[in-house]
Amino acid sequence: MNYLYCAFIELLAKYNFPEGLALIIFPLLPFCIIAVGLLIMVLFLVLVERKLLGYFTQRKGPNRVGYQGLLQTLADAFKLLCKENITPSGADKFLFTLAPIVAFIPVMLVWGILPYNAEFDLMSTPVNLIFYLFLAFMPVFGIFLGGWASNSKYSIIGSVRVIAQAISYELPIAFSLLSIAVLSSSLNLTQITLAQSSVYGPVKWFVIPAFIGFIVVFISVIAELNRCPFDLPEAESELVAGYSTEYSGMRFALFYITEYSMMFANAAFIVVLFFGGYLSPFGGYLSNIFLGGSLTADILVYFEQTFWFLLKTFIILFLIILVRATYPRLQSQNLLKFSWNILLPLSILNLFICMLIKAFIGGMA
Amino acid sequence: MKLNLGPQHPSTHGVLRLILDVDGEKILACEPVIGYLHRGMEKMAEGMTYLQYLPTVDRVDYLSGFFNSFAYVTAVEKLLKITPPKKASIIRVLLMELNRIASHLLWLGTYLLDLGAVSPFFYTFRERELILNYFEKISGQRLMYNYFVFGGVRYELEEIDTIIPIVKAILEKLNDYEKLLTDNPIFLSRTKHLGILTREIALEYSITGPNLRASNSHLDFRSNTSEYKDFEFKIAKADEGDCFARYIVRLEEIRESSKIIYQAIDYLKREEIQKSPVNIDLKPMNLYVEPGEAFADVETPRGLTTCCIKADGTDKPYRVKWRTSSFYAVQLLPKLLIGHTISDVMAVYGSLDVMLPEVDR
Repeated sequence: MNYLYCAFIELLAKYNFPEGLALIIFPLLPFCIIAVGLLIMVLFLVLVERKLLGYFTQRKGPNRVGYQGLLQTLADAFKLLCKENITPSGADKFLFTLAPIVAFIPVMLVWGILPYNAEFDLMSTPVNLIFYLFLAFMPVFGIFLGGWASNSKYSIIGSVRVIAQAISYELPIAFSLLSIAVLSSSLNLTQITLAQSSVYGPVKWFVIPAFIGFIVVFISVIAELNRCPFDLPEAESELVAGYSTEYSGMRFALFYITEYSMMFANAAFIVVLFFGGYLSPFGGYLSNIFLGGSLTADILVYFEQTFWFLLKTFIILFLIILVRATYPRLQSQNLLKFSWNILLPLSILNLFICMLIKAFIGGMA
Repeated sequence: MKLNLGPQHPSTHGVLRLILDVDGEKILACEPVIGYLHRGMEKMAEGMTYLQYLPTVDRVDYLSGFFNSFAYVTAVEKLLKITPPKKASIIRVLLMELNRIASHLLWLGTYLLDLGAVSPFFYTFRERELILNYFEKISGQRLMYNYFVFGGVRYELEEIDTIIPIVKAILEKLNDYEKLLTDNPIFLSRTKHLGILTREIALEYSITGPNLRASNSHLDFRSNTSEYKDFEFKIAKADEGDCFARYIVRLEEIRESSKIIYQAIDYLKREEIQKSPVNIDLKPMNLYVEPGEAFADVETPRGLTTCCIKADGTDKPYRVKWRTSSFYAVQLLPKLLIGHTISDVMAVYGSLDVMLPEVDR
């Protein structure tokens, strides 16, 4: 990081900018990277999902705009930008406009919390696990607000379902996170990542002691994202489009971006908690093994960490998309029953197991 | 709260409108409103000659075109007092059973789409495509075949040998669907013990077809039809009367239909069958029908369809009446839906296999 900072100051000096400017701009740069990265990632993710769904059902997916359909989502986004923003009569105009923003802003913050590599964790507070949990819940609030303000019956049913679903799936997640906190003795995502490091690669990943927790979190995260088979709030065949029925244009696009960037963030979150975050699955980093000691290796390690991080995240995302392609939707009452009767006891059992492991095995080590 | 579901709704597959009285998610009352797809099929017949009306009858239910034209053609044949050649009636049975498979496949796909599963829709359409391609080959059309004519069929049946691989491929894929669905816990929880239709209610509401047979009944109008006399097949049946039973019955019917198809192909390959399936003595262009009344039944994928014709001696029918089974299935909705939740509406409605064009004609 220091190396990058010096390089940046040199760059500014070359074009005769005052040196103090670097102090202001440099801390902001990572946030710009995140903002741009988020949009690119969402565009890419939507395309990947459509392509995968296409391949799962023996189609080709989008393949007309750009090379093999690469620009398809860009075209879709452009279309949404050009569309008129319609506010239904009788809707609460202020809340109706506010809701997509309320849903979107926390996602940006969530992206800032994630440790992408050893240096790139921007909001590294000692308790950012808790912070993440709260922020990840915020989009639900925006979605609820949007459905409530639309003055449409489908939207209201959708938003009520969102709240019921989110509340009942937040608890199993919280309990599973507790087990991770027990295992790693920390509430900081970077510390959690580092607690999983070992020279033998994946042996100390938390997915091994907390496997039940992983399953619980995986299911709950899908539920909180309102994705199939838990997509009740926007169940197309029941509620037309649920909470977003009345939304159009860029406001709708904001909900859409929220959904997909949250999907990425949550998948990354699972990776951090259970699959060793940015750690290499081979124990050591490849760039250290091959180019050890040189300055290039020191810089390359960061890129490699990000690469592993993204690779693991995409494997989780692939699973989430695969689940969507396989299962029908749950019934609304079964959805809540499933959470309270199965997931919650399971997550408590998982916490118990993890505590035992920590007490007996972790204590000795 | 009153919830107006439809007529423009993604999963009513057409334009059904349901006025639901809901308390939260629970349904207190349901009132189906039909008529958004009324095309006046019955009135139209009175201004057309018998032959002119023939291509339009496929549109009564566009997923089972062969069945509708069979009902109409047989009724007219009864009025004309002619019987089609043996070969023609076997070809009719063969094509109708293929059509039944295609229709059930479409039902399976769209039903799962209603339940929120995206992929099976594409899988079943892939198999249905095989059948439709064959239909296109023989009749030039994929849905509105206009293939049955008075006293026979329009053309010789071509490429009979290509049917068996198609049916075999479909049966193979059917096992895959069963693997994907029959033990799928989410699918089971959404269909079992849901929308239970007892035998008494079904008979009271004149329900026919797979919906009735899923409620512990043996009624299949194929066994009364003379065309099916020579074929051996089991009548698919289930006892529970819930959505899952209706699903099982339809899958079983696909298997039984395939048996009929195999037998029909065997018959067609025999020597003693008369060579031409087309009755050339008849001149349908100026068909004057003796005054009288006739009706013909056919067991469509959705139940009993009856075409009743009253002739008055001119070249146009005096009156044509269609009895279609989906119309009766829609009447069931208030009975089945009350007490269920909004997420069950589509699960129940889809399982009845209601075709809106058939309801409104």
